[in-house]
Order: sequence, then structure tokens, then C-alpha cells
Amino acid sequence: MATIPISPPSWSPIHRLGGVVLSAVESIGDIALFSLGVLHQLVLGRPRRRVMLETMYTVGVGSIPVVVVTGVFIGMVLAVQGYSSFHHLGMETRIGSVINASLVKELGPVLAATMLAGRVGSSMAAELGTMRVTEQIDAILALGANPIRQLVVPRFLACFLLIPVLTIVADTVGIIGGWVFSTQALDVNSHFYWAHSRSFVTAFDVTTGLIKSVFFGGAIALVSCYHGFHCQAGAKGVGRAATVSFVTSFVAILALDFFLGLLLDTGYRMAYPAPTSLL
Amino acid sequence: MRPATVSTHDQPQPTPSSPHPDVAAVADPVADPVADPVADPVVLCGVGRRFGDQQVLRDLTMEVRSGETLVVIGESGCGKSVTLKLMMSLMRPTSGEVLWDGRSVSELDTSERDRRRLRLGYVFQNSALFDSFDVFENVAFGLRESVMRSGPGGREGLDEAGIRAVVLDRLEEVGLPAEVCSKNPSELSGGMRKRVALARALALEPSVMLYDEPTTGLDPVMTGVINRLIREVPRRRPVTSVVVTHDLSTVRAVADRLVMLEPVSRLAEGEPQAIFSGSIAEALSSSDPRVAAFLQGGSEVLEREAG
Repeated sequence: MATIPISPPSWSPIHRLGGVVLSAVESIGDIALFSLGVLHQLVLGRPRRRVMLETMYTVGVGSIPVVVVTGVFIGMVLAVQGYSSFHHLGMETRIGSVINASLVKELGPVLAATMLAGRVGSSMAAELGTMRVTEQIDAILALGANPIRQLVVPRFLACFLLIPVLTIVADTVGIIGGWVFSTQALDVNSHFYWAHSRSFVTAFDVTTGLIKSVFFGGAIALVSCYHGFHCQAGAKGVGRAATVSFVTSFVAILALDFFLGLLLDTGYRMAYPAPTSLL
Repeated sequence: MRPATVSTHDQPQPTPSSPHPDVAAVADPVADPVADPVADPVVLCGVGRRFGDQQVLRDLTMEVRSGETLVVIGESGCGKSVTLKLMMSLMRPTSGEVLWDGRSVSELDTSERDRRRLRLGYVFQNSALFDSFDVFENVAFGLRESVMRSGPGGREGLDEAGIRAVVLDRLEEVGLPAEVCSKNPSELSGGMRKRVALARALALEPSVMLYDEPTTGLDPVMTGVINRLIREVPRRRPVTSVVVTHDLSTVRAVADRLVMLEPVSRLAEGEPQAIFSGSIAEALSSSDPRVAAFLQGGSEVLEREAG
């Protein structure tokens, strides 16, 4: 494009700081408006069945292998790390409670979300970014359709609805991996392993993990689709959109994990003041 | 040199006679009772467009007259494609106004703007076919959306058989056999992709067709085919066309009127960006060396003069 500069740039530290702050505020505002647009389109109508099924297959079924593999290893790693500490105290049989509580409350949801952000989120950002660069998103608009309804709503729904399932898969295989390794390799008694797990892990812990996962899924879809929609031109722009989408999603997952954990735990303590004892 | 184009707002006047006398009489699915029936279908009024700190369009005023084939020329980077996207309301101007049938686009609410946008068909520079759909679904996409959409402008009566009939008809119109329906865009040649894109745009029966560099990247034979299709579209139906190109064979083949844009960076203070508007004959006899240089086949004349 033939262009002319409007005004000479100013590069004092104050200008730079102001620029960063303005840019951050602008990005947050953009994502908020984008999210509102998605919610608005969600209310207006459902996506096409075929598109929805294809997206759900990609997001859900396609993610199961990587979630299973990483889940198993995380369960076994927890067993290895926890065993040495508990062994010194002569409490090896209590290792199950730590493995299972960690998995269902924190690691299962975060692990599933991280895998989703890496495998699906980056792919969404790259796919939508390519569509932006090749004017396919403009073509959707030109043909009278809403690009957010066509492209973002199915992806958002798929992530939102399927991440709890992926979390349950991650929890289950992690628990199995931890149990198999603890009982077969570390020689922990299976009966006491499960007895202590049952007494320590509550239904609330499982629910907490699933509640968190829903927020993670929504955040991943919104962040990834936003970066895809606002992709810069060229292969470099698409690559950057995929990278930034993963990094932002991961930060969002951790931040949400912290704040939701805090909120849910506080709520639980207010409802049930007596703490659960590890012993 | 003819003076730069004048907006109908600046100087109200009857719409010039159209090559298609029946243009105004055609039933328009998104007809607007408030719109001015004699207004030009698309008018840019003092439009500017900036990307960051870069000014691409400045105070551009031009009108697209009903029934004509207007060709917008200018060297690469002068803002031709941006102009077309502003006409389609695929992006917003940073200053000025775009009018559709005499109504400001910025004053339309989102749903009204989306509905009225369907009166315009757009053939993108790189065809912009949907990779994940086959040819049939690409051409049917707009029709399906139209069927799904409730209210005015929607095609509620069109069933699957009707959609198929329209798709096959449009593909035949652009010279493609029904066998291509099941092919993916990646399996098509550049010329076939352009024709599918044209069929997709025509499926919604637009009253204005916008072509963005329709012959870029095509061999001379296929360029001729696309030029012929652009010429034939208004003969089959009452359509106003705007073609953005720097291909002189396309200019000669399809233009009723030419508008030439000059890059903002080369404009003198206060000079309009549309430096020429008129017929090819007028352009060829233009006293403006920039117009002559472009039409004589390149910018080397200008460079020689500058050097």
C-alpha cells in the first residue's frame, strides 16, 4: 500500500509506558467486545449440526490420546515424588489421597486445559488466521453470514462442553497411572491406598475441578479465536497468532485456576467450616 | 483532464441513463422504501482510510452509476482494493461516508447493514473460496444463509432442490460443468477458482458486482475468459459492476467508465485522489501525464520524467 506517515513518533520513556498501557487496555477491551459478540451470537441461534459435530470431533475425540498419555504420566510422576516424602514418615499408604486430590482439583483440569490450548487452541488461531489472511472471513461477511456465528460459536461450544469430559479422562487415567505405579512399582498396599483416597477426596473436589475446566475451555476458545480473527498478514502473522494464542491461553488458565480456586475454597470453608484432615 | 468525480450529494442530478433500462424496475429483495430511487447505488463521499499511522485513502469522492461497468485503475498500492472493501462495508472509513442508494452506511444498524450488503456481490482477489467446503457448498453457502435468515431479504421458500438448481445454473453460467461440484478448492486451477468465486457471488442475485483484481495471476487465455464473463454478467441481468484492476486488457474489455486513483503520497496538497474520471477515449487523450503513463503501459514514463 502506498502510505504516508501521519505524525512523527515520540519515543520518550513516558510515551513508551503510555503506549504499553494503552495497548493493554485496548486489547482487553477488544477481547471483552469479542466475547460479548460471541455470547450475543450464542443467544441468536445454534450453529449448523454438521459443523458442530465436526468441530466437536476435532476438539474432543482428537484430544483424547494426548490427554490420556500426559494424564498417565502425571499420575505416575506424582506417585514417584510423593512416595519419597511419605516413606520417611512411614505413611506410604496415604500417597493415594495426595495423588487423587491433586489430580481432581488441580492437575487434571489444568493438564486437560493446557493440552487443549496447545493442540486445539493454537490450531484454531492458525486456521482462523489463515482464513483472515486469505479473505475467507471477509467472504463470509460478504455472503450475508456472521463470521462469529459461523466460525467462533461452534469452536466455543465444543471447547466449553467437551473440556469437562477431557478433564474426567485426565483425572481417571492419572488416578489409574498413580495407583498402578504405587502398588506395582512402589509396593504400596492397594486396599489402604483407596481407603485413604476415599476419606480425603470429596465430591466437592471433583466438582471444583470440573467447574474450573468449564472456565478454562471458554477462555481457550475465546482467546484463540480472537487472535485468529485479528491475525496480521502473511505466514509470519499466522504463526504469531498461534504462538500468542497458546501463551495467552496458558496464562489465562493459570490465572483463572488461582482465582477460581481461591473463590471456591473460600466458599467451601464458609459452608463447611471443619477442615478435612490428611491424617 | 476531466475534473475529479463529483458526489451526487455535492451536486444532485439525475442518474445517468443506464445500459439496462429495466434496472430500476427489477424487484429488489431488500428494497428500501426510504432509499432514494434515483440515487447512485454506491457513492464514496470524501472517504479517508488510515491503517495505524499510514494514510491509504484521503478525501476520496466517487460515485458508481446505476448499470455501468466502472473500472478503478491505479498502480499497486494506491488503495484500489481498500476502496472496494469500503464500498462493500467490509471495513469502515476513518473519515467521510459511504452511501448505498443514497443512505449513509454508518447510519444503518448492524442487521440492516448486513441485509443490504447482500445487494452487493464481491469477487475477491484470491477468490477466497472456503477451503473446508467443496465447490457446491461454496456456491450454496450464501443461499443456505439466506434460507436460514428469517425476515425480509431471506429466501425462506428455497429448499435443497432449489439450492441445487441455483448452484448448477450459476456454475453453468460461468462455464463450469456439474462435475466440479464435488471438488475441493485446492483441486482447482486459478481460473476455475475465479469462476467458482464469481458463481458464488452471483448466486445471491446482487444488483452491484465488485471485482477485486479479477485477472491477477491468470494466463492471457484465462484472462480473456474472465473478462468475457465480467462483460456478460450485466447482459444477463441488471447489474452494476465495479472492477478494480491494473490489467489494461481488462480495462479495454469491460470498462464503460474509468476512475484512476493516485497514491496519497504523491498527491499535492488539496488534490483529489481520483485524478481522472471518464471514458477510455477520454483517458487516452488525457493531458494528465500520469493517466497517459499508466495507460501506455507502465510507470517507467513517470520515472523517466522524475529522473
